[in-house]
Amino acid sequence: MFGSARIKDHHGELRLFGRRIIFAGIAAAILLLTVIIRLFFLQVIRHSYFADLSQGNRVRLEPLPPDRGLIYDSQGTVVAENTPAYQLELIPEQVPDVPGTLTRLADLHLLDHDTIPGLTRLIKTGRRFQAVPLRLSLSENDIAVFSVRQHDFPGVEIRTRLARWYPFGAQAVHALGYVATISEDDLKHIDRDQYSGSALIGKIGLEATYERELHGLSGYRQVLVNAQGRRVDKLGGTQVHLETRKPTAGNDLFLGVDMRLQHIAEEGLAGKRGAVVAIDPRTGDVLTLASVPTYDPNKFTRGISSTEYAALRDDMDRPLFNRALRGTYPPGSTVKPMMALAGLEYGVIDPNAVRNCTGGFTLPGSSHVYHDWKPGGHGPVDMKRAIATSCDIYFYGLAEVLGIDKVHEAMTGLGFGRLSGIDVGGEKPGIMPSPAWKMATYKQQWYPGETVIVGIGQGYLTATPLQLAHAAAIVAARGHNWRPRLVTAVRDSTIQTIRKLPPIEESMVPLRDPSLWDTVIEGMELVARPGGTASSAFVGVPYRVAAKTGTAQVFSLGQNQKYNAAALAERLRDHALFIAFAPAEDPKIAIAVLVENGGHGGAAAAPIARRIFDAYLLGKFDQAPKPVAPPAGATMEDLDEVH
Amino acid sequence: METTQEIPQVRRKRMSADASLVRQLHMDGPLLSILAAVIAYGLFILYSATGENWGQWLSQVVRLALALVAMIGLAQIPPGWLRRASPILYGIGLVLLLLVAVHGSVSNGAQRWLDLKVFKFQPSEIMKLAVPMMCAWYLHARPLPPSLRDIGIVLAIIVVPAALIAKQPDLGTALLVASSGILVLFLAGLSNAVISIGIAAFAAVIPIAWHFMHDYQKQRVMMFLDPSQDPLGAGYHSIQSQIAIGSGGLFGKGWMHGSQAQLEFLPERSTDFIFAVVGEELGLLGQLLLIILYLAVIGRSLFLSSAAQTTYARLVCGGFALTFFVYAFVNTGMVSGILPVVGVPLPLISYGGTAMVTLLASFGILMSLNGHRRLVGS
Repeated sequence: MFGSARIKDHHGELRLFGRRIIFAGIAAAILLLTVIIRLFFLQVIRHSYFADLSQGNRVRLEPLPPDRGLIYDSQGTVVAENTPAYQLELIPEQVPDVPGTLTRLADLHLLDHDTIPGLTRLIKTGRRFQAVPLRLSLSENDIAVFSVRQHDFPGVEIRTRLARWYPFGAQAVHALGYVATISEDDLKHIDRDQYSGSALIGKIGLEATYERELHGLSGYRQVLVNAQGRRVDKLGGTQVHLETRKPTAGNDLFLGVDMRLQHIAEEGLAGKRGAVVAIDPRTGDVLTLASVPTYDPNKFTRGISSTEYAALRDDMDRPLFNRALRGTYPPGSTVKPMMALAGLEYGVIDPNAVRNCTGGFTLPGSSHVYHDWKPGGHGPVDMKRAIATSCDIYFYGLAEVLGIDKVHEAMTGLGFGRLSGIDVGGEKPGIMPSPAWKMATYKQQWYPGETVIVGIGQGYLTATPLQLAHAAAIVAARGHNWRPRLVTAVRDSTIQTIRKLPPIEESMVPLRDPSLWDTVIEGMELVARPGGTASSAFVGVPYRVAAKTGTAQVFSLGQNQKYNAAALAERLRDHALFIAFAPAEDPKIAIAVLVENGGHGGAAAAPIARRIFDAYLLGKFDQAPKPVAPPAGATMEDLDEVH
Repeated sequence: METTQEIPQVRRKRMSADASLVRQLHMDGPLLSILAAVIAYGLFILYSATGENWGQWLSQVVRLALALVAMIGLAQIPPGWLRRASPILYGIGLVLLLLVAVHGSVSNGAQRWLDLKVFKFQPSEIMKLAVPMMCAWYLHARPLPPSLRDIGIVLAIIVVPAALIAKQPDLGTALLVASSGILVLFLAGLSNAVISIGIAAFAAVIPIAWHFMHDYQKQRVMMFLDPSQDPLGAGYHSIQSQIAIGSGGLFGKGWMHGSQAQLEFLPERSTDFIFAVVGEELGLLGQLLLIILYLAVIGRSLFLSSAAQTTYARLVCGGFALTFFVYAFVNTGMVSGILPVVGVPLPLISYGGTAMVTLLASFGILMSLNGHRRLVGS
């Protein structure tokens, strides 16, 4: 200032200080003004943006899961319903230590230790604020165990939810299938928003195939939440308007299946392994679809333990295996009426021509003898007698005359070697062999001897019980081919009206002369009459039955099956097969029955068909199945959702 | 002085026209009125910001009463005593800071508190007062503007406690302590050339400081630069605070109706981020009112300092006034997102006792230095 004077200059100091003060005051005002400008920017210019963010902060959409559609049988009996159950749920963002929480729950036996890895993945892939069901059904005891320790498990709670219940338990499980917890895999195929509140999804059977109909549309409810994601009722003393959109329940399904027939079929197969499929030949409606042994789907909907599941999976009798849709068996003699039809259609045989069955057949230029099942043969037989007595020699010859190409064409028309198109997933097409098929599969040419054994339903030829019932239905309907179906009507949950689904007719099997059907059907009728192979099962039957028995050789054991010696002997016996329809002149029901290792079709399989026919055609129901109530516990009043 | 009987009387009547009592107590009427308005406003918003927590609100009132006692008490001490006590206060503060560094109790990962059995005590708070007083004491007898040697000594007076506080670590308080000293130096007439060099040196030091910063401090700075980087983690405070302010609009959502604050989306809603509650519930107008009150406090204090009669008084008063401004600016700037998040409370409003006591104590000293002028003059 004034040189390097070391004495205090009071006036100078005062002036200097005054300038500094003014400068500082102005600087302070300017800096605070920048804050004000910033506030103006936030509160006026960007107000609506931040208002939206703040709204998004406090209002959260809570999904409201739809009620799953119910399933009814043809008599209007509920076969799949929803009942309340206590469910253990975890909200990831409220749980400080997810792995530790799961482990401690498992230590209390509230969870199965084996389920932890799967649950952990599910929790990781899900949304932080959405509840993940840990266990679907808690017993009263579980609830007591959890309740006293609830404070140790922040973010884990018991909620009452609707769970699936199958009142007939194991019955018809191979048609209905089941629902179970949504897995990580399922999440890849579904619209997550639609399933955000749902714990269950159809896994197999109708429950899976009709998932879209059954599930319904998810609703939502706006809830006020605080920063911890907890629900709060009001904000600073005021009620806030919140929206709710109710979920749309899933549609109800009505089946062609009659649980009373189903019960007879499963009773008939009880203690055995086998399948029964009954179809209305006028519509394709499946009246019964049974595969035995069965299992209880309620175990899956309520959370099956890994040991229970392993027991089902490793059971030698394979209860999880759907024999009706997926079991491919040599159809044996049940194909003989179809072979006869092919012979007639292609004009290679006169139905009245008599062949002498000596019990052996040889191809020209070959010394190999194909034997009849009956040593010594049946003597002179025409077509109808050949069907009635199941003469192998007759059909060896017929097959040879037809040749594999015509056999293939005719049998394919009747549904062999291709999917029937039934409205439930998982069916197998079986094999209708042909030279082209053999070349593609084995890189080998076709041998004439292979045609011969196809004539009696052996060799490469395989079919499922469903295909056999379907073929029987086509014959019964004189060539009309209705696509098999389980679901006949759907009730729309929004308008509460039942929409009947029109039956779907596939291309008809054309015969040059419709009277040819009657020739074959008359032969099939002889099967159930005295002298026929199924006569013993149809003694005194008051309606006309057209049928065919079959006995299929067991060529080899299935893979990965460990049999003990006693079981092995039993399992080497032939499969018993039977197809039939009635009344023969105006068929209302067609059926296929398979009994694994049952021996002869007429003895082991036909009686089951007889009981079903009597029940269906004559109304003879000895005992109807009894529905079972779900385990006591939660009630509808306990439900945690808005309905 | 019979302050014990007079204090309640003063508190009842301080808004009244009874200016003679105020003057007798060496208080400045206008400043006292503005402070009272800020405090009343603060208690009003604090009730909402604590989520209608009467307990917290009442404990704040109790602290406030203690702080007022401190303010009025300090205003009674003659300026000469205050000046002579400055180095003693500074020395005690320094010793306590060293004690904290060795024996202090750790809370929230920082070692700031000295446990005196009866109550916990933060020695860094003393330094908010002692550093500017010590700087002013040193410069009081020396010709101004200060020589380079004096500047060096004053910087040492500032840096030693500031560094100790920064090491605790308490960046916010260190910043306030350092700036209070530097502002005194600035008021003492630091030449523009030195200021320029200082700013350049500061810029050069930033990368070095960065190296010594704790991870959480670095994170805060990074988050200030780009809060959207980690909206649920380190950027959460800044984002939620801006949502609160922005959604408040011109008039706010209404007292106790701020969803960000009431539903606890806004962290530290009653302490460092209470300014966002003002913005959300009372809008731009509410915040503007508060800033105007702050400007009035600063303006009146600066006026009083310019009217002070000794160099010491001028420097201390000016330093306190500007430190108050730093409080207000850093907090409002951080809450509105133009400054990084550092732990500086909103002066006279944020929940918490120590800052309140220190601030009102500084105003008590400020009033003493001005209220005794006639006595000094005679």
